[in-house]
Amino acid sequence: MIKPKIQRYKQPRTISEYPVGPSFQAGHLVFTNSNYRTFKPIIDITLCVGCLACYATCPDGALFRRGKKVSIDYDFCKGCGICASECKAKAIAMKKEEPGRNE
Amino acid sequence: MSKKLFLSGNEAIAFGAKLSRPHVIAAYPITPQTVVVEKLAEMVSSGSLNAHYLHVESEHSALSAMMGASAIGARTFTATSSQGLVYMAECLHYASGGRFPIVMMNANRSLALPWSIYGDQRDSLSLLDSGWIQVYAEDAQESLDLVIQAYRIAEDIRVLTPVMINLDGFALTHTYEPVIIPDQEEVDAFLPPYANPNIMDLQHPRNLGFSSTPKDNMEFKYQQHAAVLCAKDVISDVDAAYGKRFGRRYGGLVSNYRTEDAECVLVTLGSVAGTVRAVVDEMRKEGKAAGLCRLRYMRPFPEAEIAALSATNRAIGVLEKDISFGYEGAVYTNVNSALLKAGHASPVLNFIGGLGGRSITREDIRSIFEDLLAAERQRAIDPVRFVNLGVAAHGR
Repeated sequence: MIKPKIQRYKQPRTISEYPVGPSFQAGHLVFTNSNYRTFKPIIDITLCVGCLACYATCPDGALFRRGKKVSIDYDFCKGCGICASECKAKAIAMKKEEPGRNE
Repeated sequence: MSKKLFLSGNEAIAFGAKLSRPHVIAAYPITPQTVVVEKLAEMVSSGSLNAHYLHVESEHSALSAMMGASAIGARTFTATSSQGLVYMAECLHYASGGRFPIVMMNANRSLALPWSIYGDQRDSLSLLDSGWIQVYAEDAQESLDLVIQAYRIAEDIRVLTPVMINLDGFALTHTYEPVIIPDQEEVDAFLPPYANPNIMDLQHPRNLGFSSTPKDNMEFKYQQHAAVLCAKDVISDVDAAYGKRFGRRYGGLVSNYRTEDAECVLVTLGSVAGTVRAVVDEMRKEGKAAGLCRLRYMRPFPEAEIAALSATNRAIGVLEKDISFGYEGAVYTNVNSALLKAGHASPVLNFIGGLGGRSITREDIRSIFEDLLAAERQRAIDPVRFVNLGVAAHGR
């Protein structure tokens, strides 16, 4: 799987260390982004048929391929539920997050 | 070999764009800019200009398309006017903040309401704070030369800021003059291909136009400010280099005429400067020491050049086709600020003229100079004056 790693954010110390305008190499991630998720997709891997419909429709690229099937990167999944809705095999269920998860 | 053609300001802009070899052109036609885009469309259609010409549904889309093309390394050109310029206002800030070195011609035209297709400078001056470099041409030759220079200024790595070239609607866009068309090889030698470290391609994917939190956002704005200030030196260098290669220099941020020993100086911008120059000569023959300072660039603002106009007992006037309702003209605000910072103690008057396309005649300019010569004795009079208002300003 090609997935950028989280990198430590280095605060620029001079103006010249900033990029020239808001333009920077793609895939430079400095923090995870998922803590406002209300529902969490759970894959029952025994039901997954590997059709990749969820992988293709995830708006955030949070699904990734694992062997012939898929897995979810919960650091970036926003819980939108599109994967569960698109899954013809009904292998993905949306489960309410525990209250206080983000506090 | 360079050649001489009889061209309108609009056509001169189209030839300037062609010589600069833009890869992508997107523009929406609007009076009085229409001829620019028609000419460029003809050039692309006939194959004399190898560029992609995009048909867009609005000015907002035209400038948006320019940003996308610029991001992948295309040299881009667009043109607009008046309502079109204010319709793309959102994208103007995007383009300057995104540091896309787009070059755009704007035909200065009045803003509605009342609806008018005629010229004044309220369109571009109302967008002085959009982060663009703004330059005002006086004639068709300067218009052509400015397009070529604008790419070199905008694409300079120290600047990376879009440039808006303003031509007075009709007075300049539709007036025909002899224009020297430089040789393509000479232009190619003057204007290297567009290069920029931000250019994105499949091997170098980039995140563009991202957001930034209060912790970092201000630094990006500071960077823009520093880049536009830096453009002052670049403009001066480009003017000198252009003069060396093509034999035409315009003086950088301003172009002065008989100011050294002047008792009064009129600061103005755009095509009316030609008439002012003629009146300066007339007044000089009568022993009245008048002078002209033509502002070429409004951003970056020629602060040092304006400060240098300040002299004891020298009244200074600002003639502009603009008014910021309820205060004064935007050009006057800028000029007056530079003069006051320089400790100027003599009167500085603001002459608002030419709104909605009204002519500014030799007689009008003569009376402006007479006002300036009398200004020292009449200090109490309102510094903001409307030139050639058709009716009495007060009374029932």
